[in-house]
Amino acid sequence: MANEEVNQGRRRFLAGTTAVLGGVGVIATAIPFIKSWEPSARAKSAAAPVTVDIGPIESGQMVRYAWRGLPVFVVNRTTEQLADLPAQDPRLKDPKSENTDQQPKYCQNEHRSIKPEWLVVIGICTHLGCVPDYKGEVKPEPWDPEWKGGFYCPCHKSRYDMSARVYDGVPAPANLVVPPYHFVDGTHVQIGVDPTGAA
Amino acid sequence: MSEQVTIRPRNRLLAWIEERLPILSFTASHTTGYYAPKNFNVMYYFGSLALLVLVNQIVTGIFLTMNYNPSAAGAFASVEYIMRDVEWGWLIRYMHEVGASMFFIVVYLHMFRGLMYGSYKKPRELVWLLGMLIFLVLMAEAFMGYVLPWGNMSFWGAKVIISLFSAVPVIGNDLVTWIMGDFFPADATLNRFFALHVVALPLVLLLLVVLHLAALHEVGSNNPDGVEIKQKKGPDGHPLDGIPFHPYYTVKDLFGVGIFLLLCAFIIFFEPTVGGWFLEHDNYIPANNLVTPTEIKPVWYFTPFYAILRVIPSKGFGVLALLASIVALFLVPWLDRGKVKSIRYRGTGYKVALTIFAIVFVLLGSIGAGKTTEWIPEIFGPNADLTFIENTFGRILTILYFGFFLFLWAYTYFGWEKTKPVPDRVTVAEH
Amino acid sequence: MHKLKTFCVALALFASMGIACAQEGGYPEANANIADRASLQRGARLFFNYCVGCHSLEYLRYSRIAEDLGLSEQQVMDNLDFTGAKFGDPVISSMPAADAEKWFGKAPPDLSLEVRAKGADWVSAYLHSFYLDPARPVGWNNTVFPNASMPFPLWELQGVQTAVMAPARPGEEAAVEKLEIKQPGSMDPQQYDQAVRDLTSFLEYASEPAALKRTSMGAWVLIYLALFTFAAFLLKKEYWKDVH
Repeated sequence: MANEEVNQGRRRFLAGTTAVLGGVGVIATAIPFIKSWEPSARAKSAAAPVTVDIGPIESGQMVRYAWRGLPVFVVNRTTEQLADLPAQDPRLKDPKSENTDQQPKYCQNEHRSIKPEWLVVIGICTHLGCVPDYKGEVKPEPWDPEWKGGFYCPCHKSRYDMSARVYDGVPAPANLVVPPYHFVDGTHVQIGVDPTGAA
Repeated sequence: MSEQVTIRPRNRLLAWIEERLPILSFTASHTTGYYAPKNFNVMYYFGSLALLVLVNQIVTGIFLTMNYNPSAAGAFASVEYIMRDVEWGWLIRYMHEVGASMFFIVVYLHMFRGLMYGSYKKPRELVWLLGMLIFLVLMAEAFMGYVLPWGNMSFWGAKVIISLFSAVPVIGNDLVTWIMGDFFPADATLNRFFALHVVALPLVLLLLVVLHLAALHEVGSNNPDGVEIKQKKGPDGHPLDGIPFHPYYTVKDLFGVGIFLLLCAFIIFFEPTVGGWFLEHDNYIPANNLVTPTEIKPVWYFTPFYAILRVIPSKGFGVLALLASIVALFLVPWLDRGKVKSIRYRGTGYKVALTIFAIVFVLLGSIGAGKTTEWIPEIFGPNADLTFIENTFGRILTILYFGFFLFLWAYTYFGWEKTKPVPDRVTVAEH
Repeated sequence: MHKLKTFCVALALFASMGIACAQEGGYPEANANIADRASLQRGARLFFNYCVGCHSLEYLRYSRIAEDLGLSEQQVMDNLDFTGAKFGDPVISSMPAADAEKWFGKAPPDLSLEVRAKGADWVSAYLHSFYLDPARPVGWNNTVFPNASMPFPLWELQGVQTAVMAPARPGEEAAVEKLEIKQPGSMDPQQYDQAVRDLTSFLEYASEPAALKRTSMGAWVLIYLALFTFAAFLLKKEYWKDVH
């Protein structure tokens, strides 16, 4: 068939150009399909910050709210509960909250919160994602005769103190996560948004 | 026909695989080893384009499934969710929707090509039959897909089409209830259609496409001259008028794909509903089992067959005629006794008949789509008896539709056809 | 030549189908334009002042309106969101469906897809065609959608129209011949036309928010494909030099 001389260089160049152009097209087409797995507008809307009224929460009481489908615990800690916190330090994995992934900078303190009495944490055990129970009463418990109040995970018996700091000797590796939040006014907390000025 | 090519890779891993699973040799045999006639014209683009659309439908379909909700309560909203809330969901949905209509456009042209050049004739009868089965499954697939958005046209389309089965004697009504799994198109119907549309029928379709291609590669491609290229072989054993599919037809089809995608992209980005032809206005109203849309009609690709059903004044015969209009296409290889394949060398009778057949098909489509309902008052005045004119017109067209097959048989059986001499070799238009 | 001819036939078949479609209903053209952002913003304001009391846009989120119409969250929440819905929520009318059914006989339809279902021209014509009709329970009737059970909130803009009846032929009911403005509204007819155009544009946008992105990126896709096709054409020509 090929009785004329064939310009192989031109052939290679054109084949290469077409292949590159086609490749670009295929990749560009793939992008929308990959992006379609991102959280949708509905998921993002459900993930919007929530403002909750903490006024009715009595001292020593905990209330759960939902934020991004996660349970957020808000505890109004008593002065006794707060007073017991420093004494727990030697028994904890990360008493000084040095793992910066677990709380915003403005909550890296003994009580892991903006206002000492108000604890705001995501109620998801850092072990395998169960929801711990709130055990706020200071009384001997089966898992700890010296129990000063805190959180107890029913799945694998991980325990946290009243600042949601994890105890030594349990499977959970880290303290419960403190979400970004700020006080809108004295009795309203917005979960999901940092206080103005804090990054 | 494909010639056996054996590849022995230098790479040791590839050679190891090739000895056990000769996948490279297989691919080569069906590309560089497949000799296709060198005189394909533009009508020969539509096979590869159909394959492209099939891939598009499968990929976009899989991604739509990820966000679609097959329930009567959630289906409609989930389509809007895809159109608005899912990132790029609108593009994926439009690609699927436009793809469905483009599928039928290329398949109809592909079938018409077969009729033009006698590609159904010996030895390609099975290629034609498998192709017709693909068409049949495609119709079922398209119909069920159309039901899924659960708009008001989806709902009533489902109801009307399923009701066709009530024409079956004795068990008809029970059959309809069985197909719907309820007493009207409901959750059960939607769920089973979803399962069939996304799993069962695509599997059947893929299998049939593989068989269609396997059968084609066994006997080799026909061409616009209807000459069997393997009867004239060169000293190298390859057909003198054949060229390897790869690279010659791969690069040619690539160009065809470019033109085709330009057309598709224009529709997708600038006119995705094509003024209600590809996506109907009434389907933006959620399904309502108490209110029928004012104008109930199927999507354009079903309208010619739907018109045949509509103009026949008997439910039983209407459904039978609808069925026969498709069965007749299956029988073409045996109805046509002519020895000459290509329309280029066939008698004038065939040329005229095929032209009329194509026009009749389009006109039937316009009746099925309700276009004549608009045209008749314009032509005959507002007081014309719409139903009478439409039915008369439609019945004439129906007779002409079936007349084509009858004529094809008589024309060739009784030897009325005056054919021109067929050349020995294919003819090639000037480049 | 032969090739070209066959190709043209194929193309013509397709084109004839496309041309035969665009027409619908014979209403005056709405001239809605979703590319006109200022018009969309005015339309949104009209919708949220006059329509949202009864009609929802259940598939459109406030956040999406802000994004697409170039408004800030604050602007949307202050000027459009009167129901206390969250920024990411869809636009849901504050009227309970049950009450609506009691008042109007049936719940006002959701308008998210109104333009897709009926067409922009229909919506525009409908909004021009309300007239006083004491025979109707709500006091209003409409020539485009006779006996619609909707009162006409835009009367303060358009004014109050009344119907001029054509002389009734024996045995037939009198038909409306034309509508006349009996009591002028706050807008003159040109201003009202523009207001309806804005509102129709907004509803057209609401029926397919993706249309903005779709049309703006379409040209680029076509340019890319044209390039690719040209390269493929040269490649084909080069290889087919072999074939005689």
